[in-house]
Amino acid sequence: MPTDGVNKKRRRFLVATTSAVGAVGAGFAAVPFIKSWNPSAKAQAVGAPVQVSLHGLKPGQIMKVQWRGQTIGVLRRSRETLDLLPEVDAELRDPQSLESEQPPFAQNEARSLNSEYLVVNMHCTHLGCVPQLIPQVGPQPFQEDWKGGFFCPCHKSKFDMAGRVYKGVPAPANLRIPPYSFLDNQTLVIGVNPEGAV
Amino acid sequence: MAKPASNLAKSGNALMNWIDQRLPVTAFWNATMTGYFAPKNFNFWYYMGVLSLVILVMQILSGIFLTMHYKPSAVEAFASVEYIMRDVEWGWLIRYMHSTGASFFFIVIYLHMFRSFLYGSHRAPRELVWIFGMMIYLALMAEAFMGYVLPWGQMSYWGAQVIINLFGAIPTIGEPLTEWIRGDYFISDATLNRFFALHVIALPLAILGLVLMHLVALRENGSNNPDGIEIKANKDENGIPLDGIPFHPYYTIKDLFGISMFLLVFAFVIFFWPEAGGLFLEHDNFVPADPLVTPTHIKPVWYFTPYYAILKAVPDKLMGVILMFAAVGILFFLPWLDRSPVKSIRYKGAWYKVMLGLFAIAFVRLGMLGMSEGTPEQTIEMRVWTFVYFSFFILLFFLSPRASTKPLPERVTH
Amino acid sequence: MNKNILLALCGLLAVLAISTNSFASSEGALMHANVNVRDTAASQRGARLFVNYCLSCHAASYMRYNRLAEDLGLGEDLVMENLVFADAKIGDTMEVAMRPADAVSWLGKEPPNLSLVARSRGADWLYTYFLTFYRDENGGWNNLAFPNASMPHVLWQLQGIQQPVYATHDGQQVIDRLELAQPGLQTPAEYEETVRDLVTFLEYLGEPAEVKRKNVGIWVMLFLALFALLAYALKAEYWRDVH
Repeated sequence: MPTDGVNKKRRRFLVATTSAVGAVGAGFAAVPFIKSWNPSAKAQAVGAPVQVSLHGLKPGQIMKVQWRGQTIGVLRRSRETLDLLPEVDAELRDPQSLESEQPPFAQNEARSLNSEYLVVNMHCTHLGCVPQLIPQVGPQPFQEDWKGGFFCPCHKSKFDMAGRVYKGVPAPANLRIPPYSFLDNQTLVIGVNPEGAV
Repeated sequence: MAKPASNLAKSGNALMNWIDQRLPVTAFWNATMTGYFAPKNFNFWYYMGVLSLVILVMQILSGIFLTMHYKPSAVEAFASVEYIMRDVEWGWLIRYMHSTGASFFFIVIYLHMFRSFLYGSHRAPRELVWIFGMMIYLALMAEAFMGYVLPWGQMSYWGAQVIINLFGAIPTIGEPLTEWIRGDYFISDATLNRFFALHVIALPLAILGLVLMHLVALRENGSNNPDGIEIKANKDENGIPLDGIPFHPYYTIKDLFGISMFLLVFAFVIFFWPEAGGLFLEHDNFVPADPLVTPTHIKPVWYFTPYYAILKAVPDKLMGVILMFAAVGILFFLPWLDRSPVKSIRYKGAWYKVMLGLFAIAFVRLGMLGMSEGTPEQTIEMRVWTFVYFSFFILLFFLSPRASTKPLPERVTH
Repeated sequence: MNKNILLALCGLLAVLAISTNSFASSEGALMHANVNVRDTAASQRGARLFVNYCLSCHAASYMRYNRLAEDLGLGEDLVMENLVFADAKIGDTMEVAMRPADAVSWLGKEPPNLSLVARSRGADWLYTYFLTFYRDENGGWNNLAFPNASMPHVLWQLQGIQQPVYATHDGQQVIDRLELAQPGLQTPAEYEETVRDLVTFLEYLGEPAEVKRKNVGIWVMLFLALFALLAYALKAEYWRDVH
């Protein structure tokens, strides 16, 4: 079988071209398999925004709903509560919410769109337990001068009435604020930011 | 080499050396690819081996991804398939790949087996290649049967009912056997779940093992060829068969072309004709399984219908089952039934061409009749073709040693 | 190609040609629906018909409203306003309001889920079905495609009422054809279009990915043809060594 007089250049070209086109084809073929891992239409429907009616929620009361597998708390705050917020700033790890996760509109003292309502992801930023709401001001076993907030039973992390984390506790960051907006002044939509973008 | 090796090439060589000292990669490559010599006269029929490997890989890949979304319970199975078709991104494509792949697997395998009938590839010393191949065929049939039950449509359920009830025909142990297979007193969730386990894990592992044995056995003696002569009979001064060419690059490249042509046909069906007129995806299977409603017409998927016709041709249930299994079983003996001094149809007389032609027509015609309702005329025809089917093997045994043959060439022809 | 194989194939074809077609069903001939699933306007009209006439008894529980909105170019607002009743959300599946227990007590049997009816029965059957309802001797509804169907002719107001015209065949009375005894709100031609719209929608319902499947398929075939060409050139080049 003669192997001299073989057009090596042509062979190299054909091998290279066929390999290149084959690789492109393989890449295209991989796309459907990889994309099939994306959340399905069913997951998207279940993970859809949740509407919450604020009717009947009194100041100091919290209402909990599920959104995308997370427990979201909707807390109505009184004027007094909001006035107390700046007083604990010195004891907080991140009072300006510079390192925590929240939509742009929630990067303020009250960490909310409308300061009367706190919409917060109730999972402790340490290891995910759900803290208890202890809204009343007064001495607590874990803190003499408690100004109201959240106390996590698992590893004793403490957060204020805006979900901001205290210094000296295991939790590294403020409680997360999910995307949300108001449909009207009595209806909240969790999962959709005010401009419509998630 | 005129050019000195580049640094990249040097590092590449060093890496290969490191690997080769620990795992015989290069030695394996040389033994199976560049140093393995295959006859140079392979034709169309010789694509089928590599094509069935390609389909096997595709079925495993698409199957794994289907398993990520499919739910193997009687309550959820049907809906989960529609979930894949509608809610999972590109799920419809993965599903069609798998359903079309199953049918194409059988088309390719039947052509692959027919090649053996043409050129005597099952003859000595390659009997074990054939035996392992037959075992793969059995495993494949079981795999396909169980796979078809998984969507839990009307055909899935009732097809399973009929086939499992066949085992009930066996005297004494029949009834307890069917109950043991079902895991319940009737086809139920228990049956579905165990079929799922067998289809996804047990049988694929068995098939992979058998394919490995099939290839090792093949490599031991090398391939046959369309002339049915042994290329190792004529070697050059280096011990290389004169009519042999290294598998790599010649057959790797030729097979690449064969694969691309196959993919064209395969893609056409997936994208433009996935149901194949009800042959690949049966219409009744788009109705959820209902134990209270029997479909008007129960039949297995097309690749089983030739054997189903043989079953239906026989009036007695037990004899029908025996004959149906015999139709597959007799294939195991093929290497010893053909006693002709020549292997290939090219050098056998016209008798073999006629017989093989009739056999092929019988198989196809039985397949068509197996899908039919079974009117009295059709039943008579089924019996005729069943007779032709078995006659092939019997006549082959008696005629092959006696019939005249043409002189064999020294070297391979086209 | 090998001469013998060619001969064998000819024999095969001859056999197949001569033999009776085992694939054909034994039922009567069906009318041709001629649906074009790419006709989005027809699907849209069909969707409206389906929601108004069918969804009160039959679920389409494998289809989601938001998919309908996107594939048929309707937009989610339009779908929510016109097609979604009760308190279903846009991402929900098209369920039926009737509870299965009620369905059995009111209708005798739970009406089947219609998501896949176009794939199990076929477009032609569905077309024929909607066109061949008639009032039989018992005064109830019957159907030529689906004899003794328990479903009434929900579209009778549009089509009108048909009655059978009998003829004698081998001494037996058989239905020769149907006649419009009482006209409906639509002319026969209009009604045929209505049915075609509904069947178009049902075909879409059965396989929403159909159009995308075909569109992607064209590109895949073109790519594979290119690849096959290259693979052939590569093979031919190397096999010059062998020949």
